[in-house]
Amino acid sequence: MGDNSLVLGHRVSEWCGVAPVLEEDIALANTALDLIGQTQLWLGLAAECEDKGRDADALAFRRDVWDFRNLLLVEQPNRDFGHTMMRQFLFDAWHSLVLAALKSSDDPEIAAIAEKSLKEVTYHLERSSDTVIALGDGTEESHMRMQAGLDRLWPYVGEMFLTDEHDLIDVAALRPAFAALTNNVLGTATLAIPTDNFTHKGGKTGAQHTEHLGHMIATMQFLPRAYPDAKW
Amino acid sequence: MSTNDWPLWEIFIRGAHGLSHRHVGSLHAPDAEMAIKNARDVYTRRKEGVSIWAIESSAIAASSPEDKGSLYDPADNKVYRHPTFFDIPDEVGAM
Repeated sequence: MGDNSLVLGHRVSEWCGVAPVLEEDIALANTALDLIGQTQLWLGLAAECEDKGRDADALAFRRDVWDFRNLLLVEQPNRDFGHTMMRQFLFDAWHSLVLAALKSSDDPEIAAIAEKSLKEVTYHLERSSDTVIALGDGTEESHMRMQAGLDRLWPYVGEMFLTDEHDLIDVAALRPAFAALTNNVLGTATLAIPTDNFTHKGGKTGAQHTEHLGHMIATMQFLPRAYPDAKW
Repeated sequence: MSTNDWPLWEIFIRGAHGLSHRHVGSLHAPDAEMAIKNARDVYTRRKEGVSIWAIESSAIAASSPEDKGSLYDPADNKVYRHPTFFDIPDEVGAM
């Protein structure tokens, strides 16, 4: 959970200052900050459980690419704004369902982080759904770009529902709810959901990230690695 | 895409302890719903508000600055119009 929010948070922050309009620029920065805030909580908890003297910063900035356990979807590059919002929508839809399930975790800390995060993610989902619908059912150009984004990203959706022995919840069981949500929004957006269910995998297990993650991490980690323990 | 394609909206926010909505600024948005969402992101990032109004700027009728003299100056020497001669009991609270 922490790696997902860290990687997507950084990706979304790449729009800061260059988004198509001021209002979207601020909204995206807010989303990025929400995700980085959630990262602090998840990685903070992970570091505490690990009990090896590392903190959230150490986990974020001093692990190399093969140690990341994020979904392949979130490390995909921003490309155009439509592509970014499609990625956001697909992740938000999954994220909201997972957090809702984790809210009933027996672990009070996990339940508390999930509850706090879900409030933010509910808004993220509302915003990304609206944007996907507005652009999908917008102009010929915006429709074409949203469809291209969906076609490119769809092969990364399946990985979100692969359950492994580390999962606290059965993520595979969330697929019907995800399908209902995405069918509704993508249908309203007049977009065609790809029928091929091939899925890339290897991000969540760390076995095989796409080549994009290493470049992103190099940028993200440069400062703390060049100036270790710097304070400002 | 440019914000020039989108209408301008005036944003009013009622703060947690405020009694009425106050004008906080303006922004561009394609429709009323997005104007509220954009206002949420632009103007309530620091928990400034509990309620947002968005009004399309073109719907606002405004007085002309040139009429300043005739509109406001006559009130200059009418001090009796200010209710400063009353003692307001504390129980009344904010007015």
